[in-house]
Amino acid sequence: MPDAHRMITLDGNEAAARMAYLTNEVIAIYPITPSSNMGEWADEWAAQDRPNLWGTVPRIIEMQSEAGAAGALHGALTSGALCTSFTASQGLLLYIPNLYKIAGELTPFLLNVSARALASHALSIFGDHSDVMACRATGFAMLASGSVQEAQDFALIGQAATLDGRVPVLHFFDGFRTSHEVAKIVAVDEDPARAMLDSDRIAQHRARALSPEHPVIRGTSQNPDVFFQSRERVNPFHDAFPAVMQAAMDRFAALTGRRYRLFDYTGAADAERVIVLMGSGAETAHETVEHLTAQGEKVGVLKVRLYRPFAANALLAALPESARAVAVLDRTKEPGADGEPLYKDVLGALAQAAADGARAMPRVIGGRYGLGSKEFTPGMVKAVFDALNTDKPKRQFTVGIHDDVTHLSLPWEEAFRTDAARATRAAVFYGLGSDGTVSANKNSIKIIGEATDLHAQGYFVYDSKKSGAVTVSHLRFGPQPIRSAYLTGSGDAHFVACHQTVFLERYDMLDHAAPGGVFLLNTPTPAEAAWDSLPAQACGHVRAKGLKVFVIDAYQVAEAAGMGRRINTIMQTCFFAISGILPREEAIAAIKQAVEKTYGRKSKRLAELNFRAIDMTLEHLHQIVIPAEAGIQPATDWTPASAGVAGLPAFVRDVTLPIFLGRGDRLPVSLLPEDGTYPLGTAQYEKRNIALEIPVWEADLCTQCGKCVFVCPHSAIRARAFREADAANAPPTFKHVPAKSKDYPPGTRISYQVAPEDCTGCGDCVEACPIHDKSNVSRRAVNMAPQPPLREQERDNYVFFLSLPEFDRDLVKHTTIPGSMLLDPLFEYSGACAGCGETPYIRLATQLFGDRMLVANATGCSSIYGGNLPTTPYTTNAEGRGPAWSNSLFEDNAEFGLGMRLAADKLMDYAQRLVKAMADEIGGDLADGLLSAEQREEAGLRAQRRRVAALLTRLGASGHPRAKELASVAEWLIRRSVWIVGGDGWAYDIGFGGLDHVLSLPYDVNILVLDTEVYSNTGGQTSKATPLGAVAKFSAAGKPIIKKDLGKQAMDYGHVYVAHVAYGAKDVHTLKVFHEAESYDGPSLIIAYSPCIAHGVDMLYNQRQQDMAVKTGHWPLFRFEPRVAEGENPFRLDSAPPSKPIGEFMDSETRFAMLKRSHPEAAAQFMKRAQEEADKRFRGYQELAQLHASDGKTGV
Amino acid sequence: MIDLTTDYVGLKLKNPLVPSASPLSKDLGMAKRLEDAGAAAIVMYSLFEEELRAEEAMAERFLLHAELGHGEADSFLPDHGRFKTCLDGYLEQLTRLKAGLGIPVIASLNGTSLSGWVELGQELERAGADALELNVYQVAADMGLSAASVEARYVCLLAELKSVVGIPIIMKLSPFFSSLPHFVKELEVAGARGVSLFNRFYQPDFDLETLKVASRLHLSYPDEALLRIRWLAILHGRVELSLAGTGGVHSHEEALKMLLAGADVVHLASCLLQHGPGRLAEILGGMARWMEEREYASVAQLKGSMSQKNLPDPAALARASYIEVINSYQPPRGIWR
Repeated sequence: MPDAHRMITLDGNEAAARMAYLTNEVIAIYPITPSSNMGEWADEWAAQDRPNLWGTVPRIIEMQSEAGAAGALHGALTSGALCTSFTASQGLLLYIPNLYKIAGELTPFLLNVSARALASHALSIFGDHSDVMACRATGFAMLASGSVQEAQDFALIGQAATLDGRVPVLHFFDGFRTSHEVAKIVAVDEDPARAMLDSDRIAQHRARALSPEHPVIRGTSQNPDVFFQSRERVNPFHDAFPAVMQAAMDRFAALTGRRYRLFDYTGAADAERVIVLMGSGAETAHETVEHLTAQGEKVGVLKVRLYRPFAANALLAALPESARAVAVLDRTKEPGADGEPLYKDVLGALAQAAADGARAMPRVIGGRYGLGSKEFTPGMVKAVFDALNTDKPKRQFTVGIHDDVTHLSLPWEEAFRTDAARATRAAVFYGLGSDGTVSANKNSIKIIGEATDLHAQGYFVYDSKKSGAVTVSHLRFGPQPIRSAYLTGSGDAHFVACHQTVFLERYDMLDHAAPGGVFLLNTPTPAEAAWDSLPAQACGHVRAKGLKVFVIDAYQVAEAAGMGRRINTIMQTCFFAISGILPREEAIAAIKQAVEKTYGRKSKRLAELNFRAIDMTLEHLHQIVIPAEAGIQPATDWTPASAGVAGLPAFVRDVTLPIFLGRGDRLPVSLLPEDGTYPLGTAQYEKRNIALEIPVWEADLCTQCGKCVFVCPHSAIRARAFREADAANAPPTFKHVPAKSKDYPPGTRISYQVAPEDCTGCGDCVEACPIHDKSNVSRRAVNMAPQPPLREQERDNYVFFLSLPEFDRDLVKHTTIPGSMLLDPLFEYSGACAGCGETPYIRLATQLFGDRMLVANATGCSSIYGGNLPTTPYTTNAEGRGPAWSNSLFEDNAEFGLGMRLAADKLMDYAQRLVKAMADEIGGDLADGLLSAEQREEAGLRAQRRRVAALLTRLGASGHPRAKELASVAEWLIRRSVWIVGGDGWAYDIGFGGLDHVLSLPYDVNILVLDTEVYSNTGGQTSKATPLGAVAKFSAAGKPIIKKDLGKQAMDYGHVYVAHVAYGAKDVHTLKVFHEAESYDGPSLIIAYSPCIAHGVDMLYNQRQQDMAVKTGHWPLFRFEPRVAEGENPFRLDSAPPSKPIGEFMDSETRFAMLKRSHPEAAAQFMKRAQEEADKRFRGYQELAQLHASDGKTGV
Repeated sequence: MIDLTTDYVGLKLKNPLVPSASPLSKDLGMAKRLEDAGAAAIVMYSLFEEELRAEEAMAERFLLHAELGHGEADSFLPDHGRFKTCLDGYLEQLTRLKAGLGIPVIASLNGTSLSGWVELGQELERAGADALELNVYQVAADMGLSAASVEARYVCLLAELKSVVGIPIIMKLSPFFSSLPHFVKELEVAGARGVSLFNRFYQPDFDLETLKVASRLHLSYPDEALLRIRWLAILHGRVELSLAGTGGVHSHEEALKMLLAGADVVHLASCLLQHGPGRLAEILGGMARWMEEREYASVAQLKGSMSQKNLPDPAALARASYIEVINSYQPPRGIWR
């Protein structure tokens, strides 16, 4: 007998995906945050052969884009399968054309959407309703969930209703807030799920399928005579659908006891003020309303469940007649509209009712809240109710921000708390992204959820960085279901944990602590000295709130227990030991059980080590004594060293640093740019100090080859040549030696200097160093050493280093590694992973061409580390020039970059025409020079810049009627270097159509494909670049098809410069390719091998892996140079025939090696085939290289 | 008809030729060919502790704890619960070999630490292993570790395993013990049913290009048999446990010499890897012919007939014999002149 009240603890994505999987047969997907996990769950269950309700395993298919997924689903639906999918944001926009079709054909279908902001002035991965609101007109029903429980329930109810009513359903819930919230809910098991679905309706869906057995046609073209009437023919279905949905909800209630209505009202029966909204905000409003009504306030909240078809009568029936003032809240923005959509719908329904005399017209106001996951708290809900109580509330308002520009925002009381929130116990944890804090907390929630009757909730705030990221976990536990869809606020947390000492300085985490609460700190400082080691601000909180403080040296315990640097189990044990949420023994037993489950058969030894660590933890956990005598220290805000830098740009001071310090929520509207335009060069102010060790240069050993600079992913080790005299005021520990190159004037000195506070400690520079001390091979010309003792000294040295001018670029050989590495990078200190394999390529491009680059960047890792606030790694040279960068979309990047080229060419042409027309005014020589300038090389470009400066001077003094016109476009006389940058997901899959089109044109663009062979940013999903036999998401059994040879396809055009590079294998080849590509006056395609953490190999071995990839034939190096003379072979094969079997490379990376563990037979087959394919591919290239061999001009 | 049977750690074997731990046992078809060629038992490829550890590290880093703290990805490689450890694979192969072969299957564990080994041994026994060969693969490089404590470690490991496992345990030893007979006796007292002499450490090599340490596998050569023959002859008749000779057997000659020295079984690997399973039949045939020509009736008769117990000059086995060897060596022309 199934348990109707079986509780499970999971997040919203999993909750929805469970139902979708159970009730469908074909699931076509494409990854996009925050919905990706739903598809991944489905893929995982299918890989485990888990059946759906009808005993078959759903077919999961990853497509090349959401547009592709939508097309595949449309085809599967019209052919009789039960289908579902998962998407969000830009992905949902790509579905739209098919949504119209699917709805127009009255097809039962449910699409689960974790609602997310749409990119406008900026991309946001976070939650709001702007994506789903863009689908209002498609004909889909729109069903809103507000919690994890509802995400599960509505995914099933919606599925039942769409089968019953033939109107497809867009089921949505708030991205991150619901999709990623972990909560304890009542499970829906198979029996009720089966009972919800009417088998006759399924049979009818099948009967409507296209079939040669009873053929029909669908998808006709219609003329003015009948299109309109046909469009109206669907009305009965839409008219009936609210009742169909309510019937499904009623059926669900009968099966589970959980009752939903199209509009659910909570609050006083005689409420005078009512808020109408949908999504997770409605849960917060619900909690607030219960609090206020308990105090006698006549308020209520109306939760919208079914937003489309909009059932006005149901809304009116649910809204108390007593409501005299209604606020409708929209989590979206329609600039230029006189109100957001839900507001307009509610207003229309009420106005219509009033016009009909059915009820009195209340005052109705509309507000925006929660855009891009902005917090929505009970204080904000109360502010809205307060506004409804005023005589003249703002008809249009916002809540949750401080709008000092259009003054629309409502003030709110930050300290307002509900009784429900007070009745929960809250805990906040500050952890390092990679230290396992989040997974341990998810595990703790499960433990508490399963071991007790308590309800539990977990929400996790992530970083925008991929290295040294901070995560903040917000956990709540309580006797009642938790509706608090907002973060733990000031003074709320009964338990605060700091898993990394450095964060205590940086974040005012004890502001979260509740009076009498517990603070747990992981610190290497012994317990007796711990108090003195705390920052004054933390001490102030401890005294003022009477906190109990516990310390543990978790790293020491981990080390002693044999767990290396893994501290998550230790910190979890501390939490259970001192938070008092569970009896200690019970908690410890539960953690051990969880450890057993995690490690299970993977490693008994690791499980044992964890057990040992758990036992040791309690011995090493100490409560510290708070000295009694001292007074309460005043709290002080922490600021990074850069905050005190003289001449700090005002924007950085006022905007960038507050965001970096976690105070971005406090920034008023006026401080933010109006059009999403931000200054460059801001990453330099972060000084994140995340490296445990940094490289130290051994000047005596160094041959000044520049390889360490070349491989550095964060531009944190640099070379500079300078005159001897410039070093006169160098700090005493600043190292510099005579430059070895004979190209520079006598007396030239050189220095290799680390940026100690920007380095991530990856060690790639040391691995790249080819020099060994002859007496001690482990000593290189750069070696890693602990950062803290070096920090101050090297900080001063680095400041001095940066004060030295860039060496004369004309004296530097740009075509050699030592020379090119003396050029300043205009891409520095990004938030990319330590050891990232992509960023060295971008940095190289900026060193060579940065002052003239226009960059179009596809969405993905490179747009996140390139352009995620608070800072950007792109920067300017001493003259203020640098790469101008923008991200349009994921799918259109090639086209976006082409547009940049077209504009540059058009405006250059325009400027040239004006120069010609005004030659006499400008001066013949100058005009000739401007028009005939050779700008392929840097020297020519600089000469042209001087001419343009001279031109502007002359135009300034000119009275010519077109002088101003020419001045406004004069800068376009300088050639621009257009770079189109993106990953393989873009180039091979979603953006391939555009990429192919741009390649087919003759325009001068440089396309850099950072090929990690998976979708790295969204978590390693398969792309068409994924190699044969590699395990990736959606290829759990190994990718069965070979990687697409993008280079070969591009070469077929004949006019495209194409190259395959891997700097870790042959850096000088990469350098040569960048020069050739940039100088080619046509499309260039550089496919750059980029090792990634998703390959399952430590990025310390980044270069080694590249080298192996080349030596084993996985990644042959070649160039296709269309500029060769007639009869010469444009193809050059630049790597030697494979000298090692490809299996050696495959064995060295988890993505391949793990297949031997999961599918050994397939792994063996793949390895054999991979060798055959690699041989075949190399032979193919050799044959290409041998073409024209008779002329003696082969490409080898 | 010559009686080729032999007794090894209580197992009645049809002859003394037993393929030792090598990749050949990874494939059931190959194992069957070995059986068909005459193998009397088979030692499975080794379950390497080092491999288990590497696998753990891989699973920890890339499957269980791959998160970076970024909101868009909390993992990169799908596990899907299908990940089988090399232990799982080993147990599965053991089960397959037991089901598919008629000869005894000896499991082989290769490692140095205590942690987890007891459970491993139990699982191997449950999966049907007829005996367990423990290859304590330790290069005693620790300056603070005395010879006695190295030996104690072996004994301790053996005792731990012995306390929970009922099947015979064979200790595979390296030649680097100061007093091998004394140590073997200790192992016998601690419950070992056999010793296998000797394992072959993979020796680290230097790559002159990269100045890095490289590992290379070198197959054995027949001269390596001599070291085994000496120690088998020294031990035979002085200990009760079974003796196996392993390393350097490429023809029936080395096999016969090991038996003459006192081996109960002779292990083969390199010659099978080089020439295939058929080589085993050739060696067996060669042995039988040699015995036939000399009218031996059984392996039992042959076994240990040239050990210290039966040699007219047993001291020859213990003598250094440097001078004789060096004097007898004639260098090629042109080296010293």
